[in-house]
Amino acid sequence: MRTDDPGTGDGGRGSRRAEDANVPASTPFAARSADEPVGRGSSLGHDAWLRLRQNKLAVFGAITLVVVALACLIGPWLSPYGYEEIDLKHTFAPPGGRNWLGTDQLGHDLLVRLLYGGRISLAVGLSATIVALTIGVTYGAVAGFVGGKLDAVMMRAVDILYSLPFTIFVILLMVFFGRNIILLFVAIGAVEWLTMARIVRGEVMALKRAEFIEAAHALGYSRRRVLFRHILPNVLGPIIVYTTLTIPSVMLLEAFLSFLGLGVQPPMSSWGVLIKDGAEKMEEFPWLLLFPGTIFSLTLFSLNFLGDGLRDALDVRSSKD
Amino acid sequence: MLRFLASRLLQSLLALFLIVTATFFMLRFVPGGPFTAERAVPKEILRNLEAHYGLNHPLYRQYFEYLGSLAHGDFGPSFKYSNRTVNEILADKLPVSLELGLWSLGVALSLGLTLGILAALRRNTWIDYLASAFATTGLSVPTFVVGPLCVLAFAIHLGWFSASGWALPADRVLPSLVLGLAYAAPIARLTRGGLLEVLQQDFIRTARAKGASEARVVFKHALRGGLLPVVAYLGPAIANILTGSFVIETIFQIPGLGREFVTSAFNRDYTLVLGTVILYAALLMALNLLADLAQAWMNPRIRLE
Repeated sequence: MRTDDPGTGDGGRGSRRAEDANVPASTPFAARSADEPVGRGSSLGHDAWLRLRQNKLAVFGAITLVVVALACLIGPWLSPYGYEEIDLKHTFAPPGGRNWLGTDQLGHDLLVRLLYGGRISLAVGLSATIVALTIGVTYGAVAGFVGGKLDAVMMRAVDILYSLPFTIFVILLMVFFGRNIILLFVAIGAVEWLTMARIVRGEVMALKRAEFIEAAHALGYSRRRVLFRHILPNVLGPIIVYTTLTIPSVMLLEAFLSFLGLGVQPPMSSWGVLIKDGAEKMEEFPWLLLFPGTIFSLTLFSLNFLGDGLRDALDVRSSKD
Repeated sequence: MLRFLASRLLQSLLALFLIVTATFFMLRFVPGGPFTAERAVPKEILRNLEAHYGLNHPLYRQYFEYLGSLAHGDFGPSFKYSNRTVNEILADKLPVSLELGLWSLGVALSLGLTLGILAALRRNTWIDYLASAFATTGLSVPTFVVGPLCVLAFAIHLGWFSASGWALPADRVLPSLVLGLAYAAPIARLTRGGLLEVLQQDFIRTARAKGASEARVVFKHALRGGLLPVVAYLGPAIANILTGSFVIETIFQIPGLGREFVTSAFNRDYTLVLGTVILYAALLMALNLLADLAQAWMNPRIRLE
């Protein structure tokens, strides 16, 4: 097999970070500088926060995300129009004072639909990521911590799963059992956990031999306690970074499925559904495509900026050079 | 090396077998069948149809008969297109997807590699910023937004191309560009990262100290190691490009394999779905294997076990 971490968009980044992680990241005590007060909050997190704040793109991403999320959450209540309010006198109205972003073929206000669709898109992004996160972290941590034959078997299974055409299976699942949003979460989460498992396994393997872990063992703590209280908290950095980068790929997959008519079903809506509807009518009514496309891309941009910023801020490796 | 190849082939065969089995039984336990759409079909005709396609046999027997015909390279008859075999349909649709894929791959590689190399060599200049802006854009603006926008701009408003179809040579341009751009972005990013890392290493300094020209340093020494992450990424990516993008084929109404697959799943065309899945899986595994071999060839330190 290859020695490098394959298949992910990051190339070998995940495994390489794993080798470096046991140098300073895993020893929070040594990393704390003398003049800092001893208390809650490690200096690693504090340093990362300072570095993140200096990254303009990451800050822009974070602020945009908060604004978009708040708008989706609160906006629909403030709008004079309802989500399913049909107004046949004002169909296909262009953007203007009455409907800021225009209306569609039934006179639905596009802005309200965008905000409602955003709720679904963001909810799918978050929930499916949590599914992937839970499976991936548990699986990778157990494989890396136990090691030996179990690890070999578990990771070989991941290798085989990696080689499957997963998009196809998600499409099949959605065609056959579709019209079910819970299945959408599970199907997407089931695809995305593999990389997380690999990354976490690498980190855990590297940490396993650290002195403070040996000390924990020597103190007679149970293996479960050592794994969940001592090792996993030190893997938090890569997990956070990768989670931030998983959300956009999950949202892309949802929108992709919705665009093919397989994802979120009416009367519910999502950004993918709105883009699909907009693309069908763009010839005469381009705003129906432009606005959903813009807000979707803007959100993905922000997530990617934030994820890259977090990677730079938390990544031990990049802070050295 | 031989052992590695043999074990990988065995592993792939096993995985293929699992895929076929899982897909076969999943298809059968799903409500609805290939003939349920035609509501007016009388009972006797339905029974005759099922007998004709062997659907009246017990499931395990159908399964083994299907495996048997697979072993002869026969994907069976299509359930929806009467009088056509799956082999014929695949032979009909695959070349279209392959052609689209090859054009797109050309776009992706030429643009991605050029931008990535330039960005790494001119680090922290405008070229670098442009390249990383392009890469982030490619990751954030999906093809199903870029595609329709390009149709709107270049086909409808400017009238340079037709909005959809696959008849004229000019019809290749827009779909290939849109699909290629999507893959050029990660390639540029990986090339830049990989190359930057190699350029910092000692053997590059040595090569420079010995007076090698910049071009020689980059293309002869650095690129070999710097492109490793790109090659790892290209394995699955090429499989995805070549077998047709569902979205691109839908937007531009290209009669390729991707669109056929979605339709066949809706139609419950059992054999056609299975045939497409097998084709995809086999191609994906073959290209993954090729990527591994290429990586080992480029970096002797990678051992194939």
